[in-house]
Amino acid sequence: MIAHHLPVIIVLVPLFGALLSALTKRGAVAWGIALIATVLTLAATIGLLGHVLHDGVISYEIGGWAPPIGIEYRVDMANALVILIVATIATVIMPYARVSVAKELAADQQAWFYTMYMLCVAGLIGIAVTGDAFNAFVFLEVSSLATYTMIALGQSRRSLLSAYQYLIMGTIGATFYIIGIGLLLTITGTLNFVDLAARIAVTPYDRAMLTALAFITVGIGLKLALFPLHVWLPNAYARAPSTGTALLASTATKVAVYLLIRVYFNVFGISNIVGDVPVLELLLVLSIAAMFFASFVAVFEKNVKRLLAYSSVAQVGYMILGLSMATSTALTGTLVHLANHAMMKGAAFLAIGAVSYQLGSVSLERMKGIGRVMPVTMGCFVVAGLSLIGVPGTVGFISKYYLVVAAFEKGWWWLAFMIVASSLIAVFYVGRVVEVAWFAEPSKEAAKLKEAPLSLLLPTVALAAACVFFGVDASLTAGLAEAAANALFGGSL
Amino acid sequence: MRLDVVLRVVTKLMLPFMLVFASYVQFHGDYGPGGGFQAGVIAAAALILYALMFGLSAAQRVVPTWLVEKLIPLGVMIYAGTGVVSLFLHENFLNYSALSHHHPVHGQEWGVFTVEVGVFVTVSSTMIAIFYAFGGRGR
Repeated sequence: MIAHHLPVIIVLVPLFGALLSALTKRGAVAWGIALIATVLTLAATIGLLGHVLHDGVISYEIGGWAPPIGIEYRVDMANALVILIVATIATVIMPYARVSVAKELAADQQAWFYTMYMLCVAGLIGIAVTGDAFNAFVFLEVSSLATYTMIALGQSRRSLLSAYQYLIMGTIGATFYIIGIGLLLTITGTLNFVDLAARIAVTPYDRAMLTALAFITVGIGLKLALFPLHVWLPNAYARAPSTGTALLASTATKVAVYLLIRVYFNVFGISNIVGDVPVLELLLVLSIAAMFFASFVAVFEKNVKRLLAYSSVAQVGYMILGLSMATSTALTGTLVHLANHAMMKGAAFLAIGAVSYQLGSVSLERMKGIGRVMPVTMGCFVVAGLSLIGVPGTVGFISKYYLVVAAFEKGWWWLAFMIVASSLIAVFYVGRVVEVAWFAEPSKEAAKLKEAPLSLLLPTVALAAACVFFGVDASLTAGLAEAAANALFGGSL
Repeated sequence: MRLDVVLRVVTKLMLPFMLVFASYVQFHGDYGPGGGFQAGVIAAAALILYALMFGLSAAQRVVPTWLVEKLIPLGVMIYAGTGVVSLFLHENFLNYSALSHHHPVHGQEWGVFTVEVGVFVTVSSTMIAIFYAFGGRGR
């Protein structure tokens, strides 16, 4: 009986976790609730993935109303993969959260933080699981509102400003998305993704449709921080509580990328988009710009959290690059990079959060020699950094391998060159942190520090180990991504 | 403060009618315009009017802040909980037809009624919480 309801359970469990956390006043109790909820969500997600692998596409009618009238939750390989990423990262971060949140947040705010954390997870999973365009908007707002609050809970007063900045940009993004969906509703009279796809296929591709596509692209583009719509991201990531940053950086943009892929491949149909307006070419240019520009800015960044945030903008560039090439191999690259980037950015931000926990700062200036006093933490950072560069033996290499192969398949050798060239810039920004952390003499302040507590280390090491494990044996991640890409290309949502 | 006797008296006269109107909008929402959201806003407006006339602390004696903070998640829980009840009755999430043995339409009516109660609780308490947050600044 439970198996049948899994698509809705994976949203309900984090939702109830959030509500119960909100009812408690004590941070520790809320943490316990959130831990149980995330573990249960992960278990349910794995169960769901098993079902999808076994039975193919799963459809669930909310309220017993049949689609396309009712809201449908529809799970195929593509969103099963995305949900797995979100649930796994949310669970892995939990042991880290207790100590980190207890230190960074005031006692009366901790329970609220876990509420927002779980609401964000519920929203992100909801976006991924739903097969209804408007329902996706609702979940987009649920996750975004929770995210704004989570960022505002950061330590510095400027967290409020960053949250407000993101609130404005995020709201514009969500509004654009809903305008696009509204246009599609007027053209086709439906909101269900499958039904939309079927009706768009037989509707002449006119200006209204193009406008809808433009609004949706820009709207989701804002959410996933596509260059040049990324300006909210560095401040938001830099000033959120460490735990929040790790969750957001590894999951939030991924889910937005997924939504864009879903809309492009399964709603409009990729052959429709390759029409007379060069949408994909535009995305290609923007993603290459992101890869170079954001990496370049990261090289000169002094705050390591902001440096990693800019790196995230660059990495989103790689994901959109795969989407814009619109081949099966490239899409596999994008999807596998969703998982891989979640691991490496998760590990990197957790490591930096641990430094912030011990040192109270994440500026390069004060991190001198920190690697000598916190070798495990910074070791994990180095692994994550190597992944960001794309060194063979790490997950970053797997993603870039797929992208480069896809570029060669298209005969775009220049693109393959650019992927490698942009990776070289990553060598510089990762190298700067590594140099300061390991080769500089520790300051008096740093020399007094010890290694971070075990609860901070374990999740960090786990994600860093995953970076290497799935970099050596990518059969699981790449296999899932390939199945997901095939599902998307099959058009059988 | 002595000069606003008329306002105070009129407010006191209006409050019961506002609350009755709120419950009318709430319970008549099935048949006419209205529902939990509108009713919640009206009920919260009654308390906010009381706070404007008699001061924030007087209002917080009636509805304390801690209660408001508990009610916000509680309303959502009533809503989502109604859906979960149908899960346990072997139907899909939010399928209210399962709530009645006799007739699915009754089940739908009860389901929507319960859900609207949840909406009322969350909306009214959220409105009050926002008012308390702004009203309580600088105290």
